[in-house]
Amino acid sequence: MENVIEMKKAHRLLARMDYELGKVDKGYTNRTLYINLSDNTIKSKPVTEQMKEIFIGGRGFGLWYLWNAITEKTKWNDPENEIIISTGPIGGITQYPGAGKSLVVTLSPTTGSVIDSNVGGYFGPLLKFAGWDALEIQGKAEKDVIIYIDGNNGYVTIEEAPLEAVDSHLAAEQFTAMYADSEEDKRNVAVVSAGRGAENTLIGMLNFSFFDVKRGVPRLKQAGRGGVGTVFRDKKIKALVVKYTGVKGDTNGPADKQKIINAALKIHKEIHDLDKVQNRMREVGTAHLTEIMNDYDLLPVMNFQYGSHPDAVKLSSDIFKEKYFTQGLPDGCWYGCSMACAKAVDNFELKTGPYKGQKVCVDAAEYETIAGIGANCGIFDPEYVVEANFYCDTYGLDSISTGTLMAFIMECYERGIINKEITGGLELKFGNKEAALELIHQMGNGYGFGKIAGQGVRRMKKIFVEEYGADPDFINDIGMEVKGLECSQYVSKESLAQQGGYAMANKGPQHDEAWLIFMDMVNKQIPTFEDKAQALFYFPLFRTWFGLNGLCKLPWNDIEPADNGLTDEPAKVPEHVRNYVDIFNGVTGKNITEEELILQSERVYNFQRIFNLRMGYGTRKYDIPPYRFLGPVTKEEYESRMERYDNQLKELGYEIEGKTVEEKIRMLREYREDQYQKLCDAVYKRRGWTQDGVPTLETVKRLGIDFPDVVELISKYQ
Amino acid sequence: MKIVKTKPELCNGCGACMTACSKTRYKVEDPEKSAIRIIEKAEKPGSFDIFVCNHCGECLPVCNTEALYQAKNGAIRIDDKKCVGCYICVGFCPNNAMYVHPDINEPIKCIACGACTRVCPTGAIYMEEK
Repeated sequence: MENVIEMKKAHRLLARMDYELGKVDKGYTNRTLYINLSDNTIKSKPVTEQMKEIFIGGRGFGLWYLWNAITEKTKWNDPENEIIISTGPIGGITQYPGAGKSLVVTLSPTTGSVIDSNVGGYFGPLLKFAGWDALEIQGKAEKDVIIYIDGNNGYVTIEEAPLEAVDSHLAAEQFTAMYADSEEDKRNVAVVSAGRGAENTLIGMLNFSFFDVKRGVPRLKQAGRGGVGTVFRDKKIKALVVKYTGVKGDTNGPADKQKIINAALKIHKEIHDLDKVQNRMREVGTAHLTEIMNDYDLLPVMNFQYGSHPDAVKLSSDIFKEKYFTQGLPDGCWYGCSMACAKAVDNFELKTGPYKGQKVCVDAAEYETIAGIGANCGIFDPEYVVEANFYCDTYGLDSISTGTLMAFIMECYERGIINKEITGGLELKFGNKEAALELIHQMGNGYGFGKIAGQGVRRMKKIFVEEYGADPDFINDIGMEVKGLECSQYVSKESLAQQGGYAMANKGPQHDEAWLIFMDMVNKQIPTFEDKAQALFYFPLFRTWFGLNGLCKLPWNDIEPADNGLTDEPAKVPEHVRNYVDIFNGVTGKNITEEELILQSERVYNFQRIFNLRMGYGTRKYDIPPYRFLGPVTKEEYESRMERYDNQLKELGYEIEGKTVEEKIRMLREYREDQYQKLCDAVYKRRGWTQDGVPTLETVKRLGIDFPDVVELISKYQ
Repeated sequence: MKIVKTKPELCNGCGACMTACSKTRYKVEDPEKSAIRIIEKAEKPGSFDIFVCNHCGECLPVCNTEALYQAKNGAIRIDDKKCVGCYICVGFCPNNAMYVHPDINEPIKCIACGACTRVCPTGAIYMEEK
């Protein structure tokens, strides 16, 4: 590519550090790379035994570095804020599915506190194999820069890079071509980039590439949540590029490869035999969830008002499979992923925006995106979903937040809280796909009503109240965010445990902490407060562990052994838990048990909770969600599930004869809000926290995270 | 192309084929490094199952790296340079005819060289057109 040569010529070298290549030893290189873009420092930092013992890696390393880098006054756009990317000790093994994840940690523009986002693609593992357990970026550049890490020749550079595209589908292609020696070599280059939308909104995300050798294009996986891409562009980073040639089955330096092989062969076989009769992840990825959620009345429709819609069938996975997803191609986002859920649409012709008329390969569409920008906005058109998905990705917009915030806007529009004058002529009604796409372009390019929308639900609530006279109580009831993060795409109204899973989550309402709806609502396995509290103790910790180790959650329970149903606790998928213990021990040479696995997470989880406290949050009141998480806010919502709600009130002993819907809504609300408070009581107790939701001194001592500054901070809340 | 075909009822379980295979491929006499495997039937001692690749090609599309390919003679082979040792193909082999050894990055699979058939004393394995 001739233009790539021109682009590279325009680079201006700002700093370079040469380093000794290292070998990964039992999952660690034992050093991390620190870069400050304000003064162009590049240096190596040692990884201490304490870091490995307490924080493990991945999200844990990110939290620890950020904790030490900032103060309680630091804002997301202050130079001392950092972006930390780290995989974890297991990250990079090639044998077990879902073992190439990177964890991104930073202070979030939308929540004001610490955020973590879990993402596929090759960057994290190649960074490690290049010699670095983590990349820690502080400071801000003056002009657009890239950071290049050459893992075979042993050097790191910071370079001004004025000519390459900011939008990710182009940036990934350009940087991959620029740093690969040949077509064959492209698989050894990984790029992290954002997009113009990350500059113009607070919900910017990061795209992590992996080169798809069969399609011949870089594919994009997203670190979506909490505005990590916005911080990235605020630091004027155009891209991070790592190159490492020579990935093999033992590059991660495992202590006992046989342990990993045993677990890997077992699960590859399971996926081969059972995926086609279980979740069809290889065929349709997470898209299969759309019809399941619709069937169980859990699919968010029209800003989480409803849980299903007759037109949802138009977004079903079979439609995507037949009309869009190319079948039979390798869709794993790291080597060894036999689950291969990362589906793609090839040769998709764009109909709108700056790339109109071009044919592109779209990494689309996953459940969250289908549900968010589709059903939640009342739009049931797969063609629109793929187009909107493409632009969210290349602009660097989180499609979960985009979906939830557009749904919020649409409800406000339909209820007359905002109007055409305010939206600059956009008729943002549910179902209006042209208006939705135009709003995405406005957010991406930073003009019109997109400038307001791109600030996220929390800030929009304030604007709608203060500038457009919205009723604050109603706005707060329907704006689906907690802690400033937009909710991901499940209706939690009928599952108390999931309400807690969402609203108590450290980073905000994201399903990667706990997804308990089936256990709670459908299978009724956790009826009491204590049962729910135990589930909200175990599952968030178990899932946290993936993020410490560079793992994906999906191969844990999106495939199950044939006899899983016969085990004592099928929801835990016990055989897979044992696999994880085995591969951790196989990599690190340690000998942890299933209980110690949970303990590893508990340390980091509590540390993150305390981090929230340090940033001014982290107490009970920040765990209370808008009422729509708990129950029906409006008459229409109540009526959509009238039988369920009436019966619940009757069973509870409420006299509902002759009562209006509004009166019944009030009764139900009183009950459900009280239930939620009781859930908090039980969960905090189980977690070893005070009733204000702060870890007790005893808890932090037991976990070994009783660092002096931690003790000083939480002492004020005991 | 000619591939290894089997008549398990003739197999006496001597294991000469496994030794010959590992010696040809990896220069060691180690059945654990053989691409052909003879396994005694648990339910019928003295009788054996023979597992060896029939070059059906079902592994080709599951490979993320294009390391698995069909050679000019039709055999399914592995490009060691491209293989990252993920073993998806091993788990996905419909005939359980690919193997793993912790010292070897790539899966161990038959390349249809015929070395095993030349040492079989009973004619239980032989080369024949696919």
